[in-house]
Amino acid sequence: MEHFGYLFGAYSIIFAVIFIYVLFIWRRQAELERELRAMEERIKTLKLESTSSAAKPMEK
Amino acid sequence: MNSAIRNGLGWSTLALMLTSLFMVFEWVPTEAEQGIVQRIFYFHVPLAWVAFAAFGIVAIAGVFYLWLKDQIWDDLGYAAAESGMVFCTLVLITGSIWAKPIWGIWWTWDSRLTTTFILWLLYGGYLMLRAMADDTPEVARFGAVIGIVAALDVPVVILSVRLWRTIHPAVIVTRAGEHGLEDPRMVVTLLVSLTAFTALFAWILMLRFSQLRVRSRLNGMRREAALIEAAARDY
Repeated sequence: MEHFGYLFGAYSIIFAVIFIYVLFIWRRQAELERELRAMEERIKTLKLESTSSAAKPMEK
Repeated sequence: MNSAIRNGLGWSTLALMLTSLFMVFEWVPTEAEQGIVQRIFYFHVPLAWVAFAAFGIVAIAGVFYLWLKDQIWDDLGYAAAESGMVFCTLVLITGSIWAKPIWGIWWTWDSRLTTTFILWLLYGGYLMLRAMADDTPEVARFGAVIGIVAALDVPVVILSVRLWRTIHPAVIVTRAGEHGLEDPRMVVTLLVSLTAFTALFAWILMLRFSQLRVRSRLNGMRREAALIEAAARDY
């Protein structure tokens, strides 16, 4: 089995790089979903605040 | 619906990869001249194919972005460039590992190796631009132009073994028009690997593309929040 080390090395690198890249995508996905939920909440709050502040002068 | 397709594609990719690995390590006969190190080619060639396909998608997405100015095309181009870069890097690494026992050197400035390295540098530049600059329509426009120009190197890489003198082997068809793979099992193994890597690329592209769609949506929401805040201050 001459040169088996090269064959093993090449296939190991292929799967390691692909695995790390997919892991990076998954971790980033989780972060983005968290950011998205936080932003949805923030916009909801901002809209509520702007509605209530717009309604106050009307009451006067 | 989308996640069901993505999951199905993910499991199909896994099954195809395992089949491909079994064929490469157990089923296919060892090449007479190069020995077992020739088996690197069953993954090296599919990696090159998916890298070229990815860069082709970057160019097509770039054309559509410049034409329609729709963010979806920019996201598709960015996702394809990033995954193409990963595959192109692996092409260079696996080629180099094959070259050491066969040529006795890790690298030589052969026409195919050099044009592939130029391709890698061009898309490296594209990704650096995207990573360092803000997500603005101007940057997306620059990115689209770079993506289109860089893809012009893909046919040069493919034709390099015919255009210039080279020591790179022609795996699929030799210069004399004969097959580089003498045993039919070698052809079948290469075809299964090509299918496995095409499925892997499609799955990764779907994952990254849907992620970039979420990021674009998030950017839109940030702009909306800033507008509401500005309006509240003015009021």
